[in-house]
Amino acid sequence: MRKLAGILSALLVGAFTSANADYALNMREGVTSTSQSVYDLHMIIFWVCCVIGVVVFGAMIYSIINHRKSKGAVAAQFHESTTMEILWTVVPIVILVSMAIPATSTLLAMEDTSDADMTVKVTGIQWKWKYDYVDGDASGISMISSLDAKHNEARLLGADADLSQFGDNYLMEVDNPLVIPTGKKVRFLLTAADVIHSWWVPDLGWKKDAIPGFVNEAWTKVDEPGVYRGKCAELCGKDHGFMPIVVVAKAPEDYAKWVAEQKSVAEAAAASADREWTKDELLAKGEQVYNTNCAACHQANGKGVPPAFPALAGSAIANGDAAAHISLVLDGKAGTAMAAYRNLLNDADLAAVISYERNAWGNSAGIVQPAAIKAAR
Amino acid sequence: MSTATATHDEHHDHGPAKGLMRWVTTTNHKDIGTLYLLFALVMFFIGGAMAMVIRAELFQPGMQVVDPQFFNSMTTVHALVMIFGAVMPAFTGLANWLIPMMIGAPDMALPRMNNFSFWILPFAFSLLLSTFFMNGGGPAGGWTIYPPLSLQMGDGFPFMIFAIHLAGISSIMGSINIVVTILNMRAPGMTLMKMPLFVWTWLITAYLLIATMPVLAGAVTMLLTDKFAGTSFFSAAGGGDPVMYQHIFWFFGHPEVYILILPAFGIVSAIVPTFARKPLFGYSSMVYATASIAFLSFIVWAHHMFTVGMPVVGELFFMYATMMIAVPTGVKVFNWVSTMWKGSMTFETPMLFAVGFIIMFTIGGFSGLMLAIAPADFQYHDTYFVVAHFHYVLVTGAVYSIMAAAYYWLPKWTGNMYDEKLGKMHFWISTVSVNVLFFPQHFLGLAGMPRRIPDYSVQFTDWNVISSIGGFVFGASQLMFAYLVYKTIRGGEKATDQVWEGAHGLEWTLPSPPPYHSFTEAPEVK
Repeated sequence: MRKLAGILSALLVGAFTSANADYALNMREGVTSTSQSVYDLHMIIFWVCCVIGVVVFGAMIYSIINHRKSKGAVAAQFHESTTMEILWTVVPIVILVSMAIPATSTLLAMEDTSDADMTVKVTGIQWKWKYDYVDGDASGISMISSLDAKHNEARLLGADADLSQFGDNYLMEVDNPLVIPTGKKVRFLLTAADVIHSWWVPDLGWKKDAIPGFVNEAWTKVDEPGVYRGKCAELCGKDHGFMPIVVVAKAPEDYAKWVAEQKSVAEAAAASADREWTKDELLAKGEQVYNTNCAACHQANGKGVPPAFPALAGSAIANGDAAAHISLVLDGKAGTAMAAYRNLLNDADLAAVISYERNAWGNSAGIVQPAAIKAAR
Repeated sequence: MSTATATHDEHHDHGPAKGLMRWVTTTNHKDIGTLYLLFALVMFFIGGAMAMVIRAELFQPGMQVVDPQFFNSMTTVHALVMIFGAVMPAFTGLANWLIPMMIGAPDMALPRMNNFSFWILPFAFSLLLSTFFMNGGGPAGGWTIYPPLSLQMGDGFPFMIFAIHLAGISSIMGSINIVVTILNMRAPGMTLMKMPLFVWTWLITAYLLIATMPVLAGAVTMLLTDKFAGTSFFSAAGGGDPVMYQHIFWFFGHPEVYILILPAFGIVSAIVPTFARKPLFGYSSMVYATASIAFLSFIVWAHHMFTVGMPVVGELFFMYATMMIAVPTGVKVFNWVSTMWKGSMTFETPMLFAVGFIIMFTIGGFSGLMLAIAPADFQYHDTYFVVAHFHYVLVTGAVYSIMAAAYYWLPKWTGNMYDEKLGKMHFWISTVSVNVLFFPQHFLGLAGMPRRIPDYSVQFTDWNVISSIGGFVFGASQLMFAYLVYKTIRGGEKATDQVWEGAHGLEWTLPSPPPYHSFTEAPEVK
């Protein structure tokens, strides 16, 4: 009983302490008006529970202390009271109705995705995110966002990993963060390529499932520039714990700069797809692409984890007809974890990774040029 | 002629058969109850061992103990084993032992089916656990088996599905037996509104089981045909709908939650009056509250899926309906507190577990109320806050009630008193450690730690260390319980027929231990 009181008081104190420190106790307030109203709802219902708890547990504790046989208490024999039953049915109903009103208005506001300034499509893929800027200045920008290579290396090292180098952000760093402008209502369209994922950044105040074959909607409006981190929240297989989300909110002028940069990078990539690549270029690029996109299943050493994730080293496909290999990577394999990479990677990346697979780990099946991918699409 | 009669009479009086075959062929409600309870205890330790693996991996950030795939199968199978293998069979075991004795019947109505429904279970769980040794390993897609992820499972997939089918068949048969027994075999004068609440809550639970288990069977069968027969019930690419699976699953899953807690309400409603030496407060409102909870449990399922992107009207409906459950549940808690009020209480181990149940189940109820608020659920959903919530209602709720029941009725079952000192030690160590284990998980979830992840960011370390330490102590302290049960079966101070000073009810009028056939002549209930 004393311990319970201790825990409750710790929780009460926690309500006022910083949410970021270690031993954090309470929900993060976040950085949007939505996250703030969610936090407020959370606190209201929390205090309602505390008050009910104090009354109910108070009565129990009083009774436990005073109505003991060892204190000579004689049992009363009352065993019903319609008045009491009605009272403790009606009072909770009143409390619940008064709770439901603010909850309803917050919910309606959260689900209202109309009048957005821009739209980003979010696709969950085992085990990374893809972001497509659908409209506005950034229209056409597309990127895959996976766990930062250093973090990935550390978690694969197991007990030997030195995590102190990452500070608080171990497993919360990606190669390509989602960049959004501050002060704009950003609408998200969420879907998935393989299994169900859930896109969650606590500081934005919500999560929403990304479901294959469905498009869900959500929105946010961040006012403060900053870096906001989250994780996939729906179990999505082996590396569910390793697909973080990083959102960088930039002031409009910085955002415009970033958009211009991304556009020139995309143009360079498109141009490079049209030229002939050397074998060394392809293999170097291919190894990089392989490690971010393929190694989670097929493993860095190409041995896979059969039967779910077949080996590529010495495999019939990686050593056989290039067209079959290309079509498998482009379209994936139904009923397995092998995703279709048609819309996930560009021609140069696909050519590089396929070339790498056909020449690494003792495979020797020649290279594939970006032009071959273009033709196969 | 007279010889024949004599043989016939002898046949009627026979006690248990000799040797191991007694347990295989038994149709006796007490033997089958014992089998269920022992099976549940074994499963409790198997599921518990998996929880220990989970807490060991989460003790520190970084991957140290297992690989992510195995970690996922630990969380998945831990849940399946604890829900279908430990808590449900434990409640069925209690029902088998107690319902005939409580309503004044000689045995269960359908004794052969009773035997069959138990003996399916060891096969079901052997199938489930055997998947660990198959290509691709055990199920790792979460106990809810959501497609498309669950369809990525290896060779063990059909074995898992068949295991669930078998466990479901066992539950349905057990439930039919309980309904038939309660409705047909009550002693004269034992009207429905005179039945002990444990009987009432089980009657309602049995209907929930009969209504929802076939739904689960249907859902997993569709998974099976999606995987092997080329159907696409749940595959969007084939015109199906992955969210539909979640609707069907939780149409089973939410009543299932109440299947796991209603019998607990019945147990606590038996124990609190005994040790308060005062009749249960508000008996009829308890019955109505149980029935209301059972009804509401069918119309709240989608609060498990607020984040799937339902239309806002749907979200509002399920939010309001879910909040309503707090009302009948509150009535129960208020009634228990009123039963204690102005009683003459003593705190033997069963009462300690019952009081622990009321307090900690209520804490789980509070977090449940918080989770009902849909906008807040968008933050809580799939985090450790949810993990903390359902472990408060299932461990310090359902499991505590089973512990309370075991201590309360062990002297009746075995004829021997248990070791009170050891029992109290078990309670206090369990209660301190279980709170150290689960309370910090609220904080982890609120701070942003998702559930079902094998590795986490450094800011979550401190509470995870504490939670793991609590977990190891809680796990180890359950060995005390196993030892105590063993010791009580072997011997101890003889228990009286009434056992507890304040105990009322037909089971306490029988000798301790009770005869092999409980009531060969129906008692008169006034």
